[in-house]
Amino acid sequence: MAETLVLIELDRQRVKRPSLHAITLAQQLGGDYALLILGSGVAEAANSIISYGAAAVLVADDPALAEPLADRYASVIAQATRQQGAKRLLASSSTFSKDVLPRAAALLDAPMVTDVLALAKVDGAIAYQRPMNAGSKLATVKVDGELCVLTARATAFAMPSANGAPCLIATFAFDAASLPNEMQFVSRELRASDRPDLAEARVVVSGGRPLKDSETFERLVGGLADALGGAVGATRAAVDAGMAPNDYQVGQTGKVVAPELYIALGISGAIQHLAGIKDSRIIVAINKDADAPIFQMATYGLVGDLHQIVPQLIAAIQKT
Amino acid sequence: MKILVPFKSVPDPYAGAGAAAKSVINPFDEIAIEEALRIRERGEATEIVGVTIGAPAVDEQIRSALAMGVDRAIRIDDSRALDPYAISRILRTLVEREAPQVVLMGKQAVDDDSNQVGQMLAGLLGWPQATFVSKIEFLDNKTRAQCSRETDGGIEVIAISLPAIITTDLRLNEPRYVSLPGLMKARKKPIEVINCEQLGVNVHPLTTTLSVASPPRRTAGTRLESVEELVTRLKQEAKVL
Ligand SMILES: Cc1cc2nc3c(=O)[nH]c(=O)nc-3n(C[C@H](O)[C@H](O)[C@H](O)COP(=O)(O)OP(=O)(O)OC[C@H]3O[C@@H](n4cnc5c(N)ncnc54)[C@H](O)[C@@H]3O)c2cc1C
Ligand SMILES: Nc1ncnc2c1ncn2[C@@H]1O[C@H](COP(=O)(O)O)[C@@H](O)[C@H]1O
Repeated sequence: MAETLVLIELDRQRVKRPSLHAITLAQQLGGDYALLILGSGVAEAANSIISYGAAAVLVADDPALAEPLADRYASVIAQATRQQGAKRLLASSSTFSKDVLPRAAALLDAPMVTDVLALAKVDGAIAYQRPMNAGSKLATVKVDGELCVLTARATAFAMPSANGAPCLIATFAFDAASLPNEMQFVSRELRASDRPDLAEARVVVSGGRPLKDSETFERLVGGLADALGGAVGATRAAVDAGMAPNDYQVGQTGKVVAPELYIALGISGAIQHLAGIKDSRIIVAINKDADAPIFQMATYGLVGDLHQIVPQLIAAIQKT
Repeated sequence: MKILVPFKSVPDPYAGAGAAAKSVINPFDEIAIEEALRIRERGEATEIVGVTIGAPAVDEQIRSALAMGVDRAIRIDDSRALDPYAISRILRTLVEREAPQVVLMGKQAVDDDSNQVGQMLAGLLGWPQATFVSKIEFLDNKTRAQCSRETDGGIEVIAISLPAIITTDLRLNEPRYVSLPGLMKARKKPIEVINCEQLGVNVHPLTTTLSVASPPRRTAGTRLESVEELVTRLKQEAKVL
């Protein structure tokens, strides 16, 4: 039994670090919490998260869960939530949790709040702050009912500390044969990259429309990212034009990042892009238009042609 | 095959800050409508029904949907501030009435940015779902669909049985513009208006927005003159190099 159940996300049998940030929201909410992981052959992953102060790590381990198919996953997650008698089900925001948790919420007859940024107290009751309209508004939301489902913006909650006493790992038993079977996994694009994950990188370099093609994009944006040991991001315009893969998109409808250093190359600063970067500590903008909106929020701005500036910048960094 | 497209009216996301934004069809729902039209144009769908839940003011977006080529539209007359779960419960009842093979809809309404309704609707109906889709192909005599999904880790392909819920991502297509003949035709197309009572659903929102504020804004920093100056600042002032 736990008051809060935190769904932890795996990527090829390993725990995705941003998904651990939801534990911090569970701690702020108070009461005990259990961690839940689903997959096939996930004992090692379960072992890696026993020290985050949870009451238990619940493991649903079965070949039927080898791929994160929403119908099965939501069914198992809803069953585990009921079995725990949990009042809250949470996870860090990601395409995985956004796919699976609203479905689980419906199975649990519960409302859901997406992208929680912080807790608030209103008239003695807990309320949730969340962004709306591409981050141009900050809403405070209250939830009625016995149970609610939440996703937390990983960038708004710190990484929890891993020095709790080791907790128990409990098998969550379910009937695999009775799971829904109308969705099949076909394939997943495998892209080997030595670069850090966009969501976790200390430095992110992103490129926009003027990068022209994937070769120029890789040479300039990728080159600068590599000089800094950073990850690569892109605007929607760059992704739509085929310069960068879809999962590089940063913004309202892509990924939200908050690195120490964000460098925007040839990016105008549309509100939908800024929604994904505004909590970065330092923002550098390089743009040839002195009036580009991005300069209104950049820590450092450099006006000029990126095709000239970026090679110089790479060389200067390599010298330091 | 019949396709049901739920769509929402939202403030124009391209309107500049400060300007009073006019309402438009949620961009992701416009992509859903476009995809439904293309499916019909290649002979795989026979009817496209649009549905929106809202006050009479959203009739303007209904006209746009009809002008794009949707065959008929239903407005569920409700001016309450409903949450995604309430919306999905209303849509469930409508899906049961209309019995489409595919519900094609946006992944996210760009005003509330919830990204919930499609998945909740799929859960309520017990139907398979393909979310954040950038490609759809029907298989096996339209009993199944193969869908490419945009995920955090790249493109994933899944196959789902129909009936199913499919939610759209940005790269699925580029919606057409409304044509003049389209607008003329739209005038003659039927819009059915019903309310929740007539539909036989009784829902109340469980989430309530208590207040809306402007988030803290970043202010403009320093304009620099050269690459050397940038590197020095990043090193000595920002201490990130
Ligand atoms: C529903 C919806 C969702 C969206 N979601 C997202 C999202 O998640 N992420 C996102 O990024 N966008 C999103 N957008 C798109 C967004 O509105 C903008 O269109 C997009 O961010 C613009 O990308 P950009 O800055 O690369 O291109 P542009 O706006 O075209 O800007 C290019 C910039 O490059 C500069 N430039 C040109 N040449 C050079 C040069 N040689 N050297 C230096 N600078 C140069 C120009 O001055 C200009 O400022 C969304 C839009 C909608 C409607
Ligand atoms: N009022 C509404 N009427 C019809 N469809 C809606 C409404 N609200 C949301 N939807 C649908 O649900 C999708 C996801 O919305 P949301 O979960 O609010 O981000 C939208 O893209 C629409 O297809």
